[in-house]
Amino acid sequence: MAKSGLKRDQQRFTYLLLLPALLTIIIFTSLPALTTLSYSFFHWTGFQRGSFAGIENFRRLFAFPFRDSLFMAMRHNVLVFIGILLIQTSLGILIAYALYRLKRGQRFYRTVIFLPVIFSLVIVGYMWQAMLDPFYGPVNYLLHKIGWDSLALTWLGSTATALPTLVFINLWRWVGFPAIIFLSGLNAINNEYLEAAKIDGASEGQIFRKIMFPLLAPSMTIVTVLTFIGAFEWFDLPYVLGGSSGSPAGATDTLALMFYRLSFGSVDSGANEIGIGAALGVLIFTVVGIGAGFGSKYLRSREVQM
Amino acid sequence: MIKLFASKIFFRSVLIFNTVIVILPLLFIVNSSLRETNDFARTPMKLATHPYWQNFKDVWAGGTFPTYLKNSLVVTGGSLILILLLSLGAGFVLGRYKFKGHSIILGFILSGMLVPAKLAILPLFIQLKWMHLLDSHIGLILVYTSGALPAAIFIMSGFFSALPADLDNAARIDGASEFQLLRIVLTPLVRPGLAIVAIYSAIPIWNDFFLPLVFLQSPEKKTIMQGLTAFFGEYSSQWGIIFAGLMIAALPLITLYLIISEQFIKGLTAGAVKG
Repeated sequence: MAKSGLKRDQQRFTYLLLLPALLTIIIFTSLPALTTLSYSFFHWTGFQRGSFAGIENFRRLFAFPFRDSLFMAMRHNVLVFIGILLIQTSLGILIAYALYRLKRGQRFYRTVIFLPVIFSLVIVGYMWQAMLDPFYGPVNYLLHKIGWDSLALTWLGSTATALPTLVFINLWRWVGFPAIIFLSGLNAINNEYLEAAKIDGASEGQIFRKIMFPLLAPSMTIVTVLTFIGAFEWFDLPYVLGGSSGSPAGATDTLALMFYRLSFGSVDSGANEIGIGAALGVLIFTVVGIGAGFGSKYLRSREVQM
Repeated sequence: MIKLFASKIFFRSVLIFNTVIVILPLLFIVNSSLRETNDFARTPMKLATHPYWQNFKDVWAGGTFPTYLKNSLVVTGGSLILILLLSLGAGFVLGRYKFKGHSIILGFILSGMLVPAKLAILPLFIQLKWMHLLDSHIGLILVYTSGALPAAIFIMSGFFSALPADLDNAARIDGASEFQLLRIVLTPLVRPGLAIVAIYSAIPIWNDFFLPLVFLQSPEKKTIMQGLTAFFGEYSSQWGIIFAGLMIAALPLITLYLIISEQFIKGLTAGAVKG
């Protein structure tokens, strides 16, 4: 009798506690995500849905006039992914290993290195805009001061340097994150392996290359996948510093910016193309989903088991 | 021996160099926020020996900043309360009860972690318009809650399932209802989980700029990060005011971070590091 009362209580509680959470997720995440797909198969006039369009929107996305900016934006996303992955991963491992080696002051350095991660990209963006200002910024001031005048560029204002500069700013803000992930990866390595290698006379470099680095593979998987997702959905920083059109002259345009312009209208044309925007949204999600899915599968298969 | 010493010095200089790179830009902003605009424009590099507090007064007196800050507090606070309550409940049920469909529901919730909010923004926009929740803090709160819930529930159900099963039975024998069991016995024990969830969800919401950009149009409803972009357009060459504005926007989080940095680090990396 008491048992069935408990069962009834639990059942009621299960519904009562699960339903609000499930409904919220269904209404505000699942449904809209699924609807994006259907949007891409319809003609749109402003925010009014028209007739069924088949794959017309996808065809138009890959045709004039969208094709050129699509491929340019995609190229930028790929470059940003490669750049951030290479630099951020190596710096992250270097910092993590330095933290791991030096117990004294570890807490202080950890706190400082992670500090920029908590900043909004809006704040980070404007801060660096001021730092890199050609007339008032400290960076060019210092470069002039030490006589490297030719290096005092209009970092954010010229097409050649704008994208690498954005990558650097992104790096400044985010490198603490992989560093902490790698640090916890290093801390998770069983000390017995390291002791055994030391007794066998292995040098510090050998221990790092042959034992620690391979055992960092799980952290590497996480960092790579997160970087991939972040790079292909890159929006905030380019928007804050280059506006929705990726100025200068589209040099900082990304897929997410293009998606935003198509969906909500660009500053210059005003009109939006929801169907094509949705098609691009589906494309981005497919790239991110497939890339992250297969990427993590592949990387995981290369992880060594302890 | 010399090699070991050398490498120790090398690693320490890596960390010191990193510290300098992180701190210098912040010092530049702090220093410049305390200087009068014309004074700054003449000599951008000088130290603010006579702090010019008027910048802060000007930013505050403009009227929009207090509103932006208040809006951000409302949106972040509202989302946080909903996220904590809903993930506490759902995490309890999923972490403690066995029932039919358990793994399907958990799987469904986890699939929500894969959906980027940016992808769903178009239908969300139209859906919110239809629900009369566009240009409203409530609409924004619901979208944030939905976005953060999957990870929050996952974290909380992990914390709940790690507690010993005897606790429940002992409480039930003592005559506690399921609600009392959750509220009095278990909730205090999963507080570390709630702290992680709070930081994991609150920081990205406070910092977010994309969703307000799309969903909020009325100037009096804008959040601080969204407001900053408007603010920068308005005061584009008034450096003192701009730097003071940046400081005011950045200070709340920095202060909190300096007090509980360990929890921040744990919370923000919670999605990526197991255990």
